[in-house]
Amino acid sequence: MAKETTKATAPPKDLSAYSIKKTNPVVKVIIYILLAIWTIINLFPLYWMFTFSLKTNPEIYGINVIGLPKEWHWEFYGLAMQRVNMLKLFGNSLLIAVASIAITIVVSLMATYALTRLVWKGSKLMNSFFMLGLTIPLHAALVPLFKAIKLVGLYDTYWALIIPYSAFSLAMAILICTGFMGEIPKDLDEAAYIDGCGVWGIFIRIIVPLMTPALATIGIYTFLQCWNEFMFASNFTSKLKTIPVGVQTFFGQHTTDWGIVGAALVIATFPTLLIYVFLSRKIQESFMAGAIKG
Amino acid sequence: MNKKVKNGINVFLFLLPALALFVGVLIAPIFMSTAYSFHDMGPLDKISKDNFIGFKNYIELFTSDSLNFPLALKNSLLLAFFSVFIQLPLSLGLALLLGKGIKGERGFLSVFFMPVLISTIIIGQLWLKIYNPDYGLLTRALEAIGVIKEGSPIIWLGDKKIALAAAFVPILWQYVGYHMLLMYAGVKGVSPDLREAAMLDGATDSQINRYIVIPCIKPIIKVSVIFAITGSLKSYDLIKVLTDGGPNHATEVPSTLMINFLFARNRFGLGSTVAVMLIILCFFFAIVVNRVFRRED
Repeated sequence: MAKETTKATAPPKDLSAYSIKKTNPVVKVIIYILLAIWTIINLFPLYWMFTFSLKTNPEIYGINVIGLPKEWHWEFYGLAMQRVNMLKLFGNSLLIAVASIAITIVVSLMATYALTRLVWKGSKLMNSFFMLGLTIPLHAALVPLFKAIKLVGLYDTYWALIIPYSAFSLAMAILICTGFMGEIPKDLDEAAYIDGCGVWGIFIRIIVPLMTPALATIGIYTFLQCWNEFMFASNFTSKLKTIPVGVQTFFGQHTTDWGIVGAALVIATFPTLLIYVFLSRKIQESFMAGAIKG
Repeated sequence: MNKKVKNGINVFLFLLPALALFVGVLIAPIFMSTAYSFHDMGPLDKISKDNFIGFKNYIELFTSDSLNFPLALKNSLLLAFFSVFIQLPLSLGLALLLGKGIKGERGFLSVFFMPVLISTIIIGQLWLKIYNPDYGLLTRALEAIGVIKEGSPIIWLGDKKIALAAAFVPILWQYVGYHMLLMYAGVKGVSPDLREAAMLDGATDSQINRYIVIPCIKPIIKVSVIFAITGSLKSYDLIKVLTDGGPNHATEVPSTLMINFLFARNRFGLGSTVAVMLIILCFFFAIVVNRVFRRED
C-alpha cells in the first residue's frame, strides 16, 4: 500500500509502469497470452510462406507441412526471378513509385504554401475542396481515366499510372504538409520578406529546406499507395506490369510448383518488409497522420 | 494594390499544378462517370443524344436478376458489418492493451501492423494456399486435430455458404493492424493526468477504458468506422484474387461486378453506374456515421 502511494506521486511518464504493476499478475499473464496468440496469428502465415518457398511439393504436401525445410531449395528463388521476370517488375514498380513520389511532393508543397502561407480570400474553401480527395474512391475515376488514357495514347506507359497515383495521393500529401508547415514560424517569412525575398524566394529558400521531415512522411505514404495498388495497374497497362499485376498474372499460369510460387511471394514482399524494419516508426507515423487530423 | 495583384498571380501559379492534377484526375472524372451512367456505351463510344438512356442503367442494375448487383451490394454491406463489429472491436482491444503501456509494446505494435504493408495481391495468394482444400495449412491443421477427416476437406472458398466468411478472414487479418494503429495513437494521446486521477479514485483498468479512454478516442473510432465501411464497399483486390466473385456470385462485390461490366462485357455505361453508386454510398455512409457519432455526444 505504501509502495502504491509513492508510485502515484511519480511524474506522469512513469504512469504506464505504474498501471501495469498494479494489474493483477494473473491478468497480466492473460494479456501476454492474448498478445502472443495474436502475434502467432500474424507471423505464422508469413513464416509458412517462407518455409514452403524452400520446399519441394512432396514435402509441403505431406512429410513436412510446417517445419523448416529439410533441404533448403534456394534454386526456387532463381527460377521465380526468371519466370516472373521479377527484376523487370521491380524496375517498373520502382520507377512509377519514385516518379509519383517526386510529383506528389513538389505539387503538394507548392499547393500547401499557397493554401497556408499566402493571404487570399477563399484559401480555406480551396483547402476543403482538396480534402474531398480523401473520400473519393479510385472507382470514381476508373472509366474516364481509362478512356482518356487510351485516347491520348498513354495506355501501357508509365505515365498511365504515375499521373493517377500522384493525383490520388495529393489530398493526403497536402494534409500532411499543412501539419508540418504550420510548425514553421511565420516570422521567418516576414524576416525574409524584409530582406527582399519575394514569394518564390521565401518558398525555395525558407520553406522547402525546412520541410524535409515532411518529405519522408509524404514519400512513404505515396510509396505504399502506389506500390501495392492493383485496380488501376491491372487495367491501365498490359505489357508493362507492376509487381502486384505481374505476380497475379504469374499465378494465373502457375499453380503447381508451390516452391516457386512461394519464392515469388517472398521476393515480392521482401522490399516492403525490409524498409519497414528500418523505418517502422516513420511508416506508422505516416499512416497515423491522416486519420488523427481528419 | 499592385502587391495584391502580384500575390494573386502567385497564388494561382502555386496552386496550378495541384489543381490541374486534382481536377483532371479526380473531380472531372466524377462528373464524366455520372454522365456515362446515363448512357448506353461501349469502350470507344462518346456520349451523345443517340445513346442517352436516362435512368435505365440504374433501373437495370437494381432490378435485373442476371446482373446480381443487389447481391453484390448485400455482400459488401455484410463485409462492412463484419468489419465494424468484429474487426474494429478486435483492433480496439489490442490498442487498449498496448496503449496502457506494457513491456514490448513497440514490438507488438510493429508486428501487428506489418500485414497492412504487404500487397493485398500477395496476401490473397498466400491465403489461397492456406485455404487450399488438399494441402493448405488450414486443412492440414484441422486434420491434425481431428476436426475434419482426411479426404473430405472443406472447400473454404468454393462453398457458397461459407465463401464470403472465408474471404473476410484475410481482410480481417490484414487490416486489424491498421485500425489498431490509429486507435493506439489515440489511446497514447489521452492525457496521463486523466488516467492518474481516475486511478487515484480507485478506478479499475476496465473502468478507465470505458469512461475515460474510449470517450477520448471517439473521433478516431469514428474515422475507423468510416474507413471500415467505405473500405468494404470498395473492396476489390482480395476478393479478386481469392474468389473473383465466385462461386456462383456468392462473393460478388460491386467492384468485381464493375470490372466485369467494363472489361468483360464492354458495357461502360453500366460500369460507370456502379462507380457512381459507390461514390454515393461512400459519401452517404460517411455522413451517416458522422451523424450517429454526433448524436452520441
